[in-house]
Amino acid sequence: MYEIRIHSRGGQGGVTAAKLLALAAFRDGKYATACPFYGAERRGAPVVSFVRIDDEPIKIYSQIHEPDLVIVLDTSIMDVVDVLQGLKDDGTVLLNSAHPLPGCNGTCRHVDLTGIALAENLVVAGSPILNTPVLGALAKMDIVTLPSVEKAIREMFADERNVKAAEAAYEELKV
Amino acid sequence: MLTIATGNKAVAAAVKAANPGVIAAYPITPQTEIVEQIADYVTDGELASRYIPVESEHSAMAACIGASAGGVRTFTATSSHGLLYMHEMVHWAAGARLPIVMANVNRALGPGWNTWAEHTDAFSQRDTGWLQVFVGTVQEAYDATLMAFKIAEDERVLLPVMVNLDGFTLSHIMQSLETAEIGDFLPPYHLPHAIDTENPCVYGPMTGPADYFRFRWDIERSMRDARGVIADVEREFAERFGRSYGPTEDYRCEDADVVVIAMGTLGKEAEVAVDRLRDEGIKAGSMRLRWFRPFPDLDLAGREVVVIDRDYSFGFGGVVAHSIRSKTGIEPYSVIAGLGGQEVTYNDIADFVRNRHPGEETWFGVSDHV
Repeated sequence: MYEIRIHSRGGQGGVTAAKLLALAAFRDGKYATACPFYGAERRGAPVVSFVRIDDEPIKIYSQIHEPDLVIVLDTSIMDVVDVLQGLKDDGTVLLNSAHPLPGCNGTCRHVDLTGIALAENLVVAGSPILNTPVLGALAKMDIVTLPSVEKAIREMFADERNVKAAEAAYEELKV
Repeated sequence: MLTIATGNKAVAAAVKAANPGVIAAYPITPQTEIVEQIADYVTDGELASRYIPVESEHSAMAACIGASAGGVRTFTATSSHGLLYMHEMVHWAAGARLPIVMANVNRALGPGWNTWAEHTDAFSQRDTGWLQVFVGTVQEAYDATLMAFKIAEDERVLLPVMVNLDGFTLSHIMQSLETAEIGDFLPPYHLPHAIDTENPCVYGPMTGPADYFRFRWDIERSMRDARGVIADVEREFAERFGRSYGPTEDYRCEDADVVVIAMGTLGKEAEVAVDRLRDEGIKAGSMRLRWFRPFPDLDLAGREVVVIDRDYSFGFGGVVAHSIRSKTGIEPYSVIAGLGGQEVTYNDIADFVRNRHPGEETWFGVSDHV
């Protein structure tokens, strides 16, 4: 089983990213569950979402305490949340950032999702949309396939710019 | 069709397939997504039901009572405080022998204000005469909702059915879901005592001491008959759609020395704990209790039992532990865990089994109790 924890702020689309990722994995023929942890929902508050992907049906409903992959959609959260907590020794981190962050050991990748969203003018209520571009990055990391990512995005969003943003992130992420 | 959906969306999809005449509901977290999705179906013309938005849950159940007695299939959904607010009408629906189906998204009761999973809300309606089933997956939320209509409307039953799913942990998780072409699985709604304007009669008149108990006994007789009806419907469902259900879902129980009994999502996660315990040489099994009313006969002879209650009856104990004790004579190890969404993992459940003390009660996470 591959376990993913997504850190974001309320309103940034972390919950939708989890659902899109589960849907893409499902379109790959895998079993997948997406479960956001719902707190007192507020825009801007730290939010965490969980995705599990497996070849077998998934019976676990509790939170992910030892993730294989941590995704940080807003690096300012790292001042208040220990996003690396419980990360497996061979785990991976994906940051929404134009630059690598100092002190991030192990396998740490970064891609400027905010820049990609702004380039496609994917902005809702003043916030860049990060949940569709991040799916492209995850395809590049072989978590899901790019065709399933595109299929999942088109199932949930009519605006084709979301697919273009995912493709841009796929191109930009260095692995 | 195979898709991926939340527990709430699965319930809504089953309601769409069942095609009720009337749906009356009031939104409440974490149930809101069910009635929002149903309202979308109606607005988009995918569902021809009359959707009645009401000003309270009491009115939602009152509207369902009127519609059901009027001769149409009815559905509502609620949670927690909403369920308690309709409590008087919940009794009335059963007493009037109306086969209403209601989804209850299990949620804790305030104060403290808490929107997360707990079963005390459903258990507070235990003695109303409703059948109660608790589900553990998104697929089961769909399947149990469909079957609920058929069970409730069977003339041997004619009692309402409450389908319970855990708030957030099941209502908001996305899992795979196979929806069905239900064909003639649900026969047309037929209520023998439906209101007939050509033959007017009085509903709910004063019933004196000489007769009232007969109606109560008739509810109990139907509750007893419901066991067989449930088995028949679950068997037909398995034949038609290939998914089998029973009063419990048993996992590695055949040769188990110790059986974990839990409900809802904790009962599903317990299967993972069982696998871990088996790897250690502990012969554990899991028995997820699905039907709470009517309460099934359980074969637990010769086993140790660990009961996880996501509920509590103050001044007495865990409701499920008490039920197991009184039905089987076995003194279980009673664990109170998961209240108000308290995080409980399969590792925790495995620990409950490793550290069991039959006959005792423990509150998970509370260190200073006896």
